[in-house]
Amino acid sequence: MPIASQATIVPVVIDDDKCIAEKGCRTCIDVCPLDVLWINEETGKAHMKYDECWYCMPCEADCPTDAVTVNIPYLLS
Amino acid sequence: MALPDDINVIDVDILVIGGGTAGPLAAITAKEKDPDAKVMLLEKANVKRSGAISMGMDGLNNAVVPGHSTPEDYVKEITTANDGIVLQDGVLAYAERSYSMIQKLDSWGVYFQKDETGEFDMKKVHHLGTYVLPMPEGHNIKKILYRRLRRHRVIIENRLQAIRLLKDKEGAVSGCIALSTREATITVIRAKAVIMCTGAAGRIGLPASGYLFGTYENPSNCGDGHSMAYHAGAELSGLECYQINPLLKDYNGPACAYVTGPLGGYTANAKGDRFIECDYWSGAMMQEFYNELQGGNGPVFLKLDHLAEETIQEIEHVLHTNERPSRGRFHDGRGTDYRSSMVEMHISEIGFCAGHSASGVWINEKGETTLPGLYGAGDMASIPHSYMLGAFVYGDICGENASEYVRDRDLSELDEDYILSERDRILAPLKQTDGIPPSQFEYKLRRLVNDYLQPPKVTKKMDIGLARILAMENDIPLLYARDAHELLRANEALHILDCAKMAAVASMYRQESRWGLYHNYVDFPQTNDSEWFCHVQLFKDNNGQMTCSKKPVKPYVVELDEHEKSAYQKMRVQQTN
Repeated sequence: MPIASQATIVPVVIDDDKCIAEKGCRTCIDVCPLDVLWINEETGKAHMKYDECWYCMPCEADCPTDAVTVNIPYLLS
Repeated sequence: MALPDDINVIDVDILVIGGGTAGPLAAITAKEKDPDAKVMLLEKANVKRSGAISMGMDGLNNAVVPGHSTPEDYVKEITTANDGIVLQDGVLAYAERSYSMIQKLDSWGVYFQKDETGEFDMKKVHHLGTYVLPMPEGHNIKKILYRRLRRHRVIIENRLQAIRLLKDKEGAVSGCIALSTREATITVIRAKAVIMCTGAAGRIGLPASGYLFGTYENPSNCGDGHSMAYHAGAELSGLECYQINPLLKDYNGPACAYVTGPLGGYTANAKGDRFIECDYWSGAMMQEFYNELQGGNGPVFLKLDHLAEETIQEIEHVLHTNERPSRGRFHDGRGTDYRSSMVEMHISEIGFCAGHSASGVWINEKGETTLPGLYGAGDMASIPHSYMLGAFVYGDICGENASEYVRDRDLSELDEDYILSERDRILAPLKQTDGIPPSQFEYKLRRLVNDYLQPPKVTKKMDIGLARILAMENDIPLLYARDAHELLRANEALHILDCAKMAAVASMYRQESRWGLYHNYVDFPQTNDSEWFCHVQLFKDNNGQMTCSKKPVKPYVVELDEHEKSAYQKMRVQQTN
C-alpha cells in the first residue's frame, strides 16, 4: 500500500531567531502533552513536526525566550 | 530463560500510571505513608504539563465545605444527578474527604477564592446544593503538584506509554509493559501494586470540526487505562453512560456557562432565551441542549452580552487564563466579543469520563478494582461526577490503600513468553515497509463511532457500527509506523478501538433509556427501573469475548426523598404565559 505525503499547516510557530535550542533548551519539547514538538535536524531549532495540537499552550507559556506562538488549528479557527 | 537486552526491566514497590491529576496525589500519599517505598509515577507525556489540567483549572465543581453542605447532601445530589445508579459508599468516601483535601491543597499553596471574612467563597451551580469554589489562580496547580513530587522523591518516568498490565500466577496485578514514545523501546516495570490514573477516554468520537486532536479532553487521554484494565480481566462499569458536554462550537473547550452562571451568564437559544433551569452538566441537561440544537430554536449560545463591563472582564480573566487559555485567541480570531454578541455552542463528541458522567473502570470506596493489586482513580475510574477534586481524593485513597497492600508482598516472577509476544505485537507497525498510517486508521474508526454510536442510540445502527469496527481488527496487521511517534499513535489507536467496541456493546446491553442524552436509546425510550436499576459491568469472559452483566446497586447509605429524586428530571424552563 503506497503512501502519499500531504501538506498541512501547523498551529505552533517558533521564531528561529529567539529559539535557543542550540544551547540545549528543550522546554517546549518537554512540556508538550502530545509530544509533537521536536528538533528540526536542518536548523537545530524546535519545530512542530506533527499536526496533532490541542492548542493547550504550555509550550508558549513555558518558553524562556518567548519564541513560541500557539495559533488555533486552521480547521477550527 | 532471561529477557533479551532490548527489554529494560525496572523494579518498584508501587507503580502509578498517569501523572495528571489523581496520579501525583496517589504517588505523594504512598510516599507519605512509607517514605522508604520505591514509588514510580509513569507518564506518557511529561508530569510537569500532563493530563486534563495541564494548563490548570478554574475551580472546584464539587467542594463539600462545612456550613455550605454536608457529605450526605452531596451524596443525594450526585445520586439524583446520576439517576440513582451509583455506589453511594464511593461517593460518600469522596465527600467525607473533600474538605480535608481542600485544606491540604490550600496548605500546599493552591489559592481558592475567599470572601471578605476569609471564608471560602462558595457559589451555587448545582440544582440542590452549593459546591462550586473558584480558583482564580488555578493556572499554577501543576507546578505545585510537581514540587510536592520532587520533595517526596517520587521516581518520575516521562514519555513512557503503559500498554498492557502484567499479572502473577495468582491473578494479582504485578506491573506493566510500556513503550518509550521517543525511542520505540520496551520497558517492563515490575511492581507489588499498580494504581491506574490514566484519565478519560476522550478520543473515541470525532469532534464536529473533523480535527482528530480538537477533542474536549486532552487527546493524550485516549483510553489506555480502560483498554489495559479490560485486557487484564478487570470489570468496567457504566460505559453506556457516555460523556457528552456542552462546548464552544469548533473550539471544543467548555463554554463554562456554570462558571459564568453565578455572575449572570447563561445558556440561551437563538432568541436569547434561557431554556434550561440549571447549567450543571447532567444527561437531562444535555438532552434539552440537544433538543434545542436540533429544533427550530437552535443553535445554542453562551449569553453574556447583557452583563456589565467589570463582570465581563472578570469572566475573561477566569476563562482565558486557566483551564483552556487559548480560548481568548479563538474568540479574537473570529472577532467575537462577549460584550456585543452571544457565543455559539455545540455538543462534544462522545467519551468515557467519570469526572463528568459515570463511566469507567469499576472501583469501590477503597479505590480497588475487581483485580487484586490494581487500583484506579480519577476520570478513568467509576466514581461518578468526580471532577478534579474527586481525582485528588481518590488518588489519595488509592495511595493509602496500595501502601497497606504492598507491605507484606514480594515482587512476582515475570511471564517472559507473554512479555516477548507483547513486545512483538506492540512494535509490529515499525517493521512494516508500507501500510495504513495510524492517523487514517484512527480517523476512520472515530468517524464510524460518530456515524453509528452517538445518541440517540438505535439498535440497527449500533449493530452496523459494531460490525464495521470489528472489521477494522482485520486492518491491524497492516498498521504502518515510520517512527517512534507514529508507533505511539498506532498503539493508542488500538486502545481507542477497544473503547469503541465497549461503547457499542455496553449501550446495546442496557435496554432502556437513562441519563438523558447519555443513554437515549430510541428502541427503548422509557426508563425501566424494574429491570435496569443496576450497574452494567463489562469484561472479557473466559472465551476472550467482550461481555456484560448486571450488578445490583448496593443499598443506599443516604436515603432520598421524592423531591430530591426528581430534581434533575425537570430541566426545561416551564412556560409561564
